[in-house]
Amino acid sequence: MNEKVKEPLFHISKRDNIPPVKAWGIRVIAIILALIVCAIVTTVLTGDNPLSVYATIIKGAFGSQRKAWVTFQNTAILLIISLALTPAFKMKFWNIGGEGQILAGGLATAACMICLGDKVPNGLLIVIMIASSLLAGAVWGLIPAVFKAKWNTNETLATLMMNYIAIRLVAYYTVIWEVPKGSGKIGVINQSTNAGWLPNIGNKYLLPIIVAAIVTIGMVIYLNYSRHGYEIAVVGESERTAKYVGMKVNKVIIRTMLLSGALCGLAGLLLVGGVNHTVTTTITNNQGFTAVMVSWLAKFNPVTMIFTSLLIIFLDRGAGEISTAFGLNHSFSDIITGIILFFIIGCEFFISYKINFRKKSAKEEVSND
Amino acid sequence: MDTKQAAVSLRNITKTFGSVVANSKVNLDIRKGEILALLGENGSGKTTLMNMLSGIYFPDEGQIFINGKETVIKSPKDAYALGIGMVHQHFKLVDVLSAAENIVLGMKGKLNMKETCAKINDICQRYGFEVDPNQKIYNMSVSQKQTVEIVKVLFRGADILILDEPTAVLTPQETQKLFDVLRNMRDDGKAIVIITHKMHEVESLSDRVAVLRHGEYVGDMLTQETTAQEMTNMMVGHSVTLNIERPNPVNPKPRIQVSNLTVKDEEGITKLDDVSFTANSGEILGIAGISGCGQKELLEAIAGLQPAEGGTIYYINDDSSKEELLGKDPLKIQEMGVTLSFVPEDRLGMGLVGNMDLTDNMMLRSFRHGHNVFTDRKAPKELAKRVVKNLEVSTPGISTPVRRLSGGNVQKVLVGREIASAPTVLLTAYAVRGLDINSSYTIYDLINQQKKNGVAVIFVGEDLDVLLEISDKILVLCGGKVSGIVDGRTTDKNTVGMLMTKVGGKA
Repeated sequence: MNEKVKEPLFHISKRDNIPPVKAWGIRVIAIILALIVCAIVTTVLTGDNPLSVYATIIKGAFGSQRKAWVTFQNTAILLIISLALTPAFKMKFWNIGGEGQILAGGLATAACMICLGDKVPNGLLIVIMIASSLLAGAVWGLIPAVFKAKWNTNETLATLMMNYIAIRLVAYYTVIWEVPKGSGKIGVINQSTNAGWLPNIGNKYLLPIIVAAIVTIGMVIYLNYSRHGYEIAVVGESERTAKYVGMKVNKVIIRTMLLSGALCGLAGLLLVGGVNHTVTTTITNNQGFTAVMVSWLAKFNPVTMIFTSLLIIFLDRGAGEISTAFGLNHSFSDIITGIILFFIIGCEFFISYKINFRKKSAKEEVSND
Repeated sequence: MDTKQAAVSLRNITKTFGSVVANSKVNLDIRKGEILALLGENGSGKTTLMNMLSGIYFPDEGQIFINGKETVIKSPKDAYALGIGMVHQHFKLVDVLSAAENIVLGMKGKLNMKETCAKINDICQRYGFEVDPNQKIYNMSVSQKQTVEIVKVLFRGADILILDEPTAVLTPQETQKLFDVLRNMRDDGKAIVIITHKMHEVESLSDRVAVLRHGEYVGDMLTQETTAQEMTNMMVGHSVTLNIERPNPVNPKPRIQVSNLTVKDEEGITKLDDVSFTANSGEILGIAGISGCGQKELLEAIAGLQPAEGGTIYYINDDSSKEELLGKDPLKIQEMGVTLSFVPEDRLGMGLVGNMDLTDNMMLRSFRHGHNVFTDRKAPKELAKRVVKNLEVSTPGISTPVRRLSGGNVQKVLVGREIASAPTVLLTAYAVRGLDINSSYTIYDLINQQKKNGVAVIFVGEDLDVLLEISDKILVLCGGKVSGIVDGRTTDKNTVGMLMTKVGGKA
């Protein structure tokens, strides 16, 4: 009997370190592959020319000056939310309560606009709005943090539940403040006076972008160069080490969640006071969850997050465009987005691991035996 | 002498991890009816080599012959099928299951507990193990868990056994028991490989010794025909002296006074029971005891990490004024002006942050200095450079995450940081666990250096030989009680061993 000794076709080993050029090469290849797969899927399912579909995606995101501004504005808001969640995630505090914290901030903003509009000078009103939105977001973040610090409750569940409380609260106040009565929505607040509307800087899209830029720079400095950032990193890596060097772990958790919640509240302020001038239960558009992905994709690096949030918004807006332009079911654009994200996230595996194929020489040796 | 048949032959085995070469063209024979001791410093590739044999890693190059036939081991399952079983340093057992359940876990075929238990008892009788198949793992001592691991491997029909540092967690008595069992298995014709750092164990147990250095095979020899000195020289590549110095204490003064300390853990189990002792400056106080007898709680209580039920811990200043340490956290103790350094047992989980680089790990102790809200990385960077240079830490650079370093280098980084603050008290827990001879002696030297500087050193150890050589006084813990305090210069291993197993030491 000729016994066959077979080396496995491939085995997987962890990469030690990969030069950035190679890592980006893998990512580019992944995107190209994703586009090819999408092209095949498009042709097979719809019969449309995939190239024109891609052109439409780009047109949807950047086709006109207005579209481009909206894309950047949405990117800015998503970026702020992602940055808000990042310190908590770095601390391994799984804050999936972004939705609730944004809504809390947004509701506080709307409350100020409705109750204080025209009663106090506009400048003062905006200051009060900023303060109360930050505070409301911070409180929404603080509650799960205190529970975690005091009784070690599961923060994932607590923050998730806080989302529903916030949504119900908004629904409750929608009924109280609805205009006109019976419409079931609040409508544009202070449409005639514009009281409490955040001022336009340059044009009506620029304000969130400027705020996002400031928050990004601030977060880079905070996480990498401040004592607080260092404490967050140590607590996230190992609570025992943190205690060993005398850090107050509970204090760090509470402080970080106050910041995380307050920044989400800031996003709520921008959404209500700057973009929509109203509040609804769906104003967040699930960005509190999308931001989780943005933050992870960027590996918690604030600068990379600019690109990941732009990517997500770009795909989202482009996908919206193809469903209208080609008269396709909206689910189809979701399929395209899904395929592209799958490849982008999947390629990280090939950046961390190497696949070693069976060597040719080994094969020959075996067959000679 | 080569009459014994080779059970395993490794030929030209090479394994690399990225740019790190763990094994390079290693040739090794493992013979039936023989205990082979595999020696080498940390990072010399012993565990990697054995992991390839047990199917955890796959070699980049080279061939493996089992009983003369070329074989490919793709997974641990393949290894089991070939009769290769490995007992790892860290046990892989499910706590809530019984011994028998753990042993059959993952095996194919119908489960028949009665038959299983009978077979387990059969194996135990044959080799002299003591296992209750129905006992749950969480009720077991470390040595019992290890026995379950070994029985598990035998149960699956292994003829080739690999044990990775099996004695690191055992008392001298348990070690003897394990060795008896291993000898029985050898006489039964099994091939046994034992990875260890302890020379006297190699000498008393093994038939043959094989040495690896920097991933390369240096050579093998019969244990009878060699000496500890020769083996060490082969491992290190140059000759080293195997003596720990014990300078006489200069002007010792009481520094830490512990009285009636009682500590309970979260479940209310008493971990320390009425412990009292004094540690002097310029002296090394060794702490001996079976693992889990309260050593960890004792050090953590002094370091401000462990709340106590009762008692006092005083820090005594040079002017004899006393300050209570108990009930204060590490930050408060630091603010009191007491420089207390602590090298904990769990280096990467407590003493250091594995994913952070050397600089950031140095910063753990210094990040609060000054009143700036920003961190100062300049001083920690300098310190990291100094530690790397003075303690000969082998690392690609100071911006390498410490988890990438080998065990010995991790410990040098930790000890280097802890002694950099010029402490007056130094607590060390298992300072040389898992370290090779060279690194161990570096650490002993550093500790002795601190002693000469007038530091009160509390040294928790597990190797009695070392404790007897380095300590001025030895405090023996037994079940959380002080079993005795003896003079390190006049006592012997037997006395300490007796104190470890029974309070007071009288049988």
